[in-house]
Amino acid sequence: MITPFFSAVSVVVMRELIKFVRERGKLLSMIARPLLWLFLVGSGMTRMVSSDMGMPYIQFIFPGIVGMTVLFSSIFSSISIIWDKEFGFMKEMLVAPVPRSAIVVGKALSGTAVSTVQALIILLVHPFIGLDLSLGQAVGILLLSALLAFCLSSLGILIATFYESFESFSVIMNFIVMPMFFLSGAMYPVRLLPDAVAMLSKLNPLTYGVDALKHLSFRQPHTTVFDFTLMLDLSVLVICSFVFVIIGALAFERRK
Amino acid sequence: MAIISVENLSRAFARTKAVDTVSFSVDAESIFGFLGPNGAGKTTTINILCTLLAPTEGRASIDGQDCVHDAASVRERIGIVFQDNTLDKELSAYENLWFHAKLYRVPRDERKIRVEEALVFAGLIDRRNDPVKRFSGGMKRRLEVARAIVHQPKVLFLDEPTIGLDPQSRSSLWEFIGQLPKTRGVTIFMTTHYLDEAEICDRIAIIDHGRIIAEGTPDELKKLVGGDVIYLKTTNNTAAIQMLHDSLELHAEEREAEIFISTSRGDACIPKLIGALADSVVSVRLQRPTLNDVFLKLTGRAMREEPVSGSDTVREAVRSYRKRFERGK
Repeated sequence: MITPFFSAVSVVVMRELIKFVRERGKLLSMIARPLLWLFLVGSGMTRMVSSDMGMPYIQFIFPGIVGMTVLFSSIFSSISIIWDKEFGFMKEMLVAPVPRSAIVVGKALSGTAVSTVQALIILLVHPFIGLDLSLGQAVGILLLSALLAFCLSSLGILIATFYESFESFSVIMNFIVMPMFFLSGAMYPVRLLPDAVAMLSKLNPLTYGVDALKHLSFRQPHTTVFDFTLMLDLSVLVICSFVFVIIGALAFERRK
Repeated sequence: MAIISVENLSRAFARTKAVDTVSFSVDAESIFGFLGPNGAGKTTTINILCTLLAPTEGRASIDGQDCVHDAASVRERIGIVFQDNTLDKELSAYENLWFHAKLYRVPRDERKIRVEEALVFAGLIDRRNDPVKRFSGGMKRRLEVARAIVHQPKVLFLDEPTIGLDPQSRSSLWEFIGQLPKTRGVTIFMTTHYLDEAEICDRIAIIDHGRIIAEGTPDELKKLVGGDVIYLKTTNNTAAIQMLHDSLELHAEEREAEIFISTSRGDACIPKLIGALADSVVSVRLQRPTLNDVFLKLTGRAMREEPVSGSDTVREAVRSYRKRFERGK
């Protein structure tokens, strides 16, 4: 049982990575979105928002932009399951003598790898916004991005199992991904949100990811910018990862 | 010896029974054809045999392994070419086969040899590093068949393998598939709604509305329709008809300047005709009943190609849109 599982996981991961390396155009467009948000929205808002948070707005949103990068690339990566269903390759996997949960774990791991690479690219622009990160902080941010990516990729797979065709793509974008981003505290602290909206924020796993990224990005204890403790953030992410990947695997094992 | 055996298999979707108490068995190293119009239950049966779908009733087994309870061992023993293409078009031919070999746990040291051998077999070794999206329809199909045999399955399922191919690719694909039972010891289970393609099968089951309505060798099925038809041209048709009636006791009649004779064994009858009529024969034509005649006789409907379904058109549109989008980038 162990060998078929891991060989299938490695097939899924290798396939995704080969495609990721080949489709450089796609990588560029994936990287463009967070950069546009960071530099256009960030620099515009810096002039407007009073900086009583102890830092310019463009620096405040940096962890949120890393979170955004991970969110989009993880969800996109796992939603490729829907493309696979639509364009047939999934059937090749489903009739192979391998446990189906291997497909889920493989997709989650490849989503993690792809997202972490993109988070690294975004991380490299931090000097341009005047943010000073130590090597330790950078490594911490990357590791955290990987954890967040695994959590969100698993969530993406879970979402993808409920959809059969590509038409659902815009539904997922507009009703799941964008609200998750806006509710995450990436652009404004969750504390400032009205109670009802703040409630929704607390149900959003990305909120904890962004908060943890803030803890790692800002060295001095800026008590005003954090919403939760780092310990709580990490616990929520780890628990969500397990729950999502297990439910995703179970949903996938269930016979049609 | 039967390698596939199916007993009273049924599968219902909502209110309709897609497969209705179907039983048959397939001998090892033979070609078995499942023939019927679209929506007759062919793909549902294949999906059950491939462990993708659980039957509502009855049982199916492959090489002694139950398709429901021993799904994993069934999967190891079969190779499948689905109706829709399931290759990864972004990957090369070699990569598609290599991943397949790894999924089916072909030992590492054998993997490269087997993949290359399959590519040679499919006549695609020179294109092994090209991405599959640059392949023609016929090449993709050959590659899919090659992929399905990389792990040396005992049974190969082909679901409408030639759908959407031009006549030339179709015949070259059949030539390629037809040699598999002998050269590889593979049993082939195929579905088709092209009647002429079913001729290559050792045995055929005709399925309509989820039920098997006839089963046998192509020749046996054709005998259900009745005899062969011989068309004869002579220098003097009236005299010839009289002569056939007198000396061979055959009933013959003239139709559009040809003599029309219906007989149970046309091939054996022709020498007698020529012997009796000697030099007056200008031409002889033997027409055997086709499987279409069989289907017509059994169901009262002709089996013809049906228009492409709505979802296929949508899918095709998306594919071409994606292609354009990818090129445009």
